[in-house]
Amino acid sequence: MAESRDPSALDRTEVLRIRNDFPLLAHLVNGKTLVYLDSGATSQNPQSVLEAEQEFYEQRNSAVHRGAHTLAAHATVAFEDARATVAQFVGAREEEIVWTANATAGLNLLAYAFSNASIGDVPAESRRFAVGPCDEIVVTEMEHHANLVPWQELCRRTGAALRYIPVTDAGTLDLDEAARVIGPKTRVLAFTHVSNVLGTINPVAHLVGLARAVGALVVLDACQSAPHLPLDVKALDVDFAVFSGHKMLGPTGIGALYGRQELLDALPPVTTGGSMITTVTMERSGYLPAPQRFEAGTQPVSQAIAMAAAARYLMETGMERIHAREGVLAQRMLEGLRELPGIRLLGPAPGVERAALVAFDVDGVHAHDVGQYLDAQGIAVRVGHHCAQPLHRRFGLTATTRASAYLYTTEDEVDAFLQGVAGVRGFFGVK
Amino acid sequence: MSGLESLYQQTILEHSKARHGGTLSEVAACETAWPEGTGQCHQLNPVCGDEITLRLAVDGGAGDSRVASLEWLGNGCSISMASASMLTDLAEDLTVDELARLIEEFRAVLRSRGTLEGDPEELGDAAALSGVAKFPARVKCAMLAWVAAEDALRQAVSTAA
Repeated sequence: MAESRDPSALDRTEVLRIRNDFPLLAHLVNGKTLVYLDSGATSQNPQSVLEAEQEFYEQRNSAVHRGAHTLAAHATVAFEDARATVAQFVGAREEEIVWTANATAGLNLLAYAFSNASIGDVPAESRRFAVGPCDEIVVTEMEHHANLVPWQELCRRTGAALRYIPVTDAGTLDLDEAARVIGPKTRVLAFTHVSNVLGTINPVAHLVGLARAVGALVVLDACQSAPHLPLDVKALDVDFAVFSGHKMLGPTGIGALYGRQELLDALPPVTTGGSMITTVTMERSGYLPAPQRFEAGTQPVSQAIAMAAAARYLMETGMERIHAREGVLAQRMLEGLRELPGIRLLGPAPGVERAALVAFDVDGVHAHDVGQYLDAQGIAVRVGHHCAQPLHRRFGLTATTRASAYLYTTEDEVDAFLQGVAGVRGFFGVK
Repeated sequence: MSGLESLYQQTILEHSKARHGGTLSEVAACETAWPEGTGQCHQLNPVCGDEITLRLAVDGGAGDSRVASLEWLGNGCSISMASASMLTDLAEDLTVDELARLIEEFRAVLRSRGTLEGDPEELGDAAALSGVAKFPARVKCAMLAWVAAEDALRQAVSTAA
C-alpha cells in the first residue's frame, strides 16, 4: 500500500520520532511489542505531559485563586495559562473555558444547569435556559451514552420531550429526518462531532443552521474530534462544546467545557461552594462570572497544566497534519478489513472522510473473543458496545470490536492488526 | 500463544458451539410466572452485552429435592456460552444441595486468580474453565450462567411443594 500522498500529512520519519516521546509505547505486552489501537478510549501521554505534571508538584504546588504567598501566585498563573492554552487549542477566549473532570462531566454540568434554570426562583438572565413540558431536546441515534443519558434525565426532571435524529444504514445522520425532528419546540440540539463507533464526521454547519433557524442552543460533543482534527468552536458557531484531556494526550480527571461567554455568564451554577461566589450572607449568595462560576472547590490543577502541555504538543505537531495522517491510517484499516472474509464494517464506506477508528463485527465470533485473541498478540483494541447501546441496536448488534489510531500509530501496527484479525475465525473454528 | 490456548481449550470451543441446554424458547424466556418448583433468572453483563435467561425446575420432597430440568436462552462470547453448556451437563440429576455446593466450588476456582485448579471429577468439563481465573476481565463471562442458576435454584426451592 502506498505511503501517504498528502504532503501535509505526518510522514513515517516524523511518526517514528513522535513515538520516541511516548514511553509507554515501547512496552511489551504478553511478551509482544505493544500495538496500541485503543486511543479512542484513552490516549497515551508524551514525556512533556508527564513532566508538566511532575514539575508542578516539584516547583509550584499550592492553592490557586487564594492565598497571597509567592507559590500560590505561581500556581495561579500556571493554572490560568493552562486555560488560555486550551482555549487557544479550540479557538475560544480563555473566559469561555471551564475545567471539568471530563466530557461526561461537562455534559452533565449543562444538563443540570438547564434544570436549575427550570425550577424555583430563577434570576431573569437564566430564564432563557429553562425547559419544560412544552419543549424538546434533540440528540442523535449515534450518541455516546454521555450525550444521551444526561438529556434523558433532564427530560425526566422537567417534563421536556427527548427526540432524536436517526442514523442511516451508511452510518451517517439522516438529514431529511433532522429537518423534521428539529422544530419550533426544540430548545437544545446536542450531537457528537465525530462518532466514537462509526468514525462518521457529522456536518456541524448544516445542523447548527437547522438549530439556529428555530432558536435552539447547540451543544457539541467534541470528545472524539478535539484530539484528532483542527477544532475551531467559533468557526463552527456552536454554543457549547465539551472534550476530555485523556483522549488528547493529557491525563485523566480533566476536561473542558466551552461556552459562549454571554451564555456561560447567564447559566446557573451547578456545583456551588467556595471560590465561585461574590458575596455570601446567611440567606443567599452572589456568583462570579464564568469560568469561576462553575469551578467550586479545589480544582485539578496539575491535570489542567498537563492538559495544556498536551494541547501544546498537538498544536506544535499541527492538527491539520495529524488529521491528514489519520485519514491515511483510516483508509488502510478499512481497505484491509474489507478484504477479509466474514467481517462486517460499521460506518462510512472506504473513500469517505472519517476518523481513524473502525468498529466491526466478525461473523461467528463474539467481540470479546476477538479482543482476547488480539490481546494475546499484544494488540490492544476495544470490545463491547463502546457506550453506544442504541447505535449497536440500530445495526442489530450488541457488541463490536473497535480499533482506533492516533498520531503515533504506524502502518506496521495497522498491518499487524489486520494480520491478527485475519486469524480470528480460524482460531475459533468458524468457517 | 500458550496463554490464549489455555483460555480457549478445545472442549470450551466445542461447548460454545454445542450449547447443551440452550433450548429455552424466547416465548418462555419472556414469561413472568412459572409453575411451583420452578425458578428463572435473567443475567446481563453490561460491559459486553452477554445475556442469559436460565430456567430451572426441581422435584422431590424436602431433603431429597433434585434438579429436574435446566434450560437457557443466551447470547454472548464463547466463554459465557460454553460455561452455560457445561453447567447444564453437570446439573442433571444433582440434588439441590449438590448443585448449590458445585456453584460455590466453581465460584471459588474462578475467583482464585489462578491459584485453585478445578477438579474434573467434581466440575466435569467446566474444570477446563479454571484458566479463565487468570483473565480477570473474563471471570464475569464464565460466571454468568452459574449466577443465574444460583438465583433460579433459590426461587425453585422456595416454591417447591
